[in-house]
Amino acid sequence: MDMRETFVAGTTAILDDDPRTALVLADISAAAFEPARERHPDRVLNVGIRESLLVGVAGGLAQTGLRPIAHTYAPFLVERAFEQIKLDFGNQDGNGVLVSVGASYDNAQAGRSHHAPGDVALIDTLPGWEIRVPGHPDEVGPLLRHAVGGDGSVYLRLSTRSNDTAHAGTDGRLVPLRTGHRAVVVAVGPMLSAVLAATVGLDVTVAYTNTVRPFDGAGLRELAGAVGDTVILVEPYLAGTSARVVDDALLDRPHRTLSLGVRRVDLHRFGTPADHDVAHGLTPDALRHAIAGFLLPG
Amino acid sequence: MTTATEDLLGYEDLPALLTRMTGDEKHEPSATSTLDVLWVLYDRVLRVDPDSVHDPARDRFLLSKGHGPAAYYAVLAAKGFFPRHYLDDFGSYDSPLGYHPDRTRLPGVEISSGSLGHGLPLGVGVALGLRAQGFTDARTYVLVGDAELDEGSNHEAIAYAGATGLDALTVVVVDNRSATHGWPGGIGARFAAHGWSTATVDGRNHRALESALTTPLPGRPHVVVATVEDKH
Repeated sequence: MDMRETFVAGTTAILDDDPRTALVLADISAAAFEPARERHPDRVLNVGIRESLLVGVAGGLAQTGLRPIAHTYAPFLVERAFEQIKLDFGNQDGNGVLVSVGASYDNAQAGRSHHAPGDVALIDTLPGWEIRVPGHPDEVGPLLRHAVGGDGSVYLRLSTRSNDTAHAGTDGRLVPLRTGHRAVVVAVGPMLSAVLAATVGLDVTVAYTNTVRPFDGAGLRELAGAVGDTVILVEPYLAGTSARVVDDALLDRPHRTLSLGVRRVDLHRFGTPADHDVAHGLTPDALRHAIAGFLLPG
Repeated sequence: MTTATEDLLGYEDLPALLTRMTGDEKHEPSATSTLDVLWVLYDRVLRVDPDSVHDPARDRFLLSKGHGPAAYYAVLAAKGFFPRHYLDDFGSYDSPLGYHPDRTRLPGVEISSGSLGHGLPLGVGVALGLRAQGFTDARTYVLVGDAELDEGSNHEAIAYAGATGLDALTVVVVDNRSATHGWPGGIGARFAAHGWSTATVDGRNHRALESALTTPLPGRPHVVVATVEDKH
């Protein structure tokens, strides 16, 4: 199963098990959730192609004590309905779970309207949101259950891109996968496979995470301290999105940070996600060049 | 909240409460366009009082049009939802009474508002959430302004609530003809086209408001257009 199918199966089971939960849709994935809707017509709500209403309704459900999950494509969930996310959840002292599909340029052929590399940066302007970026479908189920079972607001960012295997659970900690001496490369979510390929033979630590907010600053301090406080972030959305949390983690220590990710350009191009990896410098070759070039002569 | 030391006040006391916030003895109609609707709701319609603000089965009132909240604060203060001395510090840094209401700061306020077009979608969610939990006697009321209807998010909610027959929802549109481009054909017609039942009444007539707000109309959502004096 891919991430989206895992989400559908997991959410369907959660709706069966927990009468406190509700799912709000805006046509996207509605067919996949039809069995759940038939069983729980009052808690599986499809508002049509109305994303402002999608988030507003989810916020209203939260006000009555339900635990809402709102789901659609990332650009429409986060960018189109951003003021609803800002005001209809946190400002009301309410919480919910947002689950997007269509990460960054997953839908490369659809063009810029369907690309949302800025979603994590936008959510990060709001206080208190947990941001989860699974890198493998097997990470989705535990993250989903953890998110819905909690009380806070969570953004769960699903992608068609995936690493070869799952590497992290729900504790939000950085997971060191390789140890080196000249830098720590933090690979976020589905960037890990490319990072592992890019760093073969380089004397660097590679650490993985599927959780960027809250960020494991303590874990980074420990790993960075062993490599001269040289940090390379590789994120599958806008480059630099997590640079501020790296700075916060290393506030009292001189450090160097290289932020890699999706560039701030509107390419007006279609093609495949792999084509866009090339355009944004996120292929293993391009990553290797950038990472090696950032290492101090040693 | 400690409200036991203060007696409940009546409609005739509202001007004095408004004066404590505005400092003015006279109140322009535009500052009090919602006053009678709010009074009728809290005095005769809503099943909520200072003791039941956390009761999950209470009626909900969502003031979507949050600007010009003095009338709202005056009515809540008269009904004992918060100590009346709050009124004297309206809008200060530490006051629970902002120029738009904040539900985290003031007992009885169901939503924080300010940005127009949020209350009605939230109200749809509240009504659906109450239904899903079996609180079938609880009604959800949302007050919007006629100019607020300019915001497109309202029309997403109007269409969806009508299509799904969300009959636990009542919207009150306080119409002081302040929408820049107006509503040719009437505000009620916008809702009726989506299957809502509609009533248009004098927004200063308490009996007419009470009747329109309490008449049971099962099977579809209900809108009451409360007409008041022109803003300009």
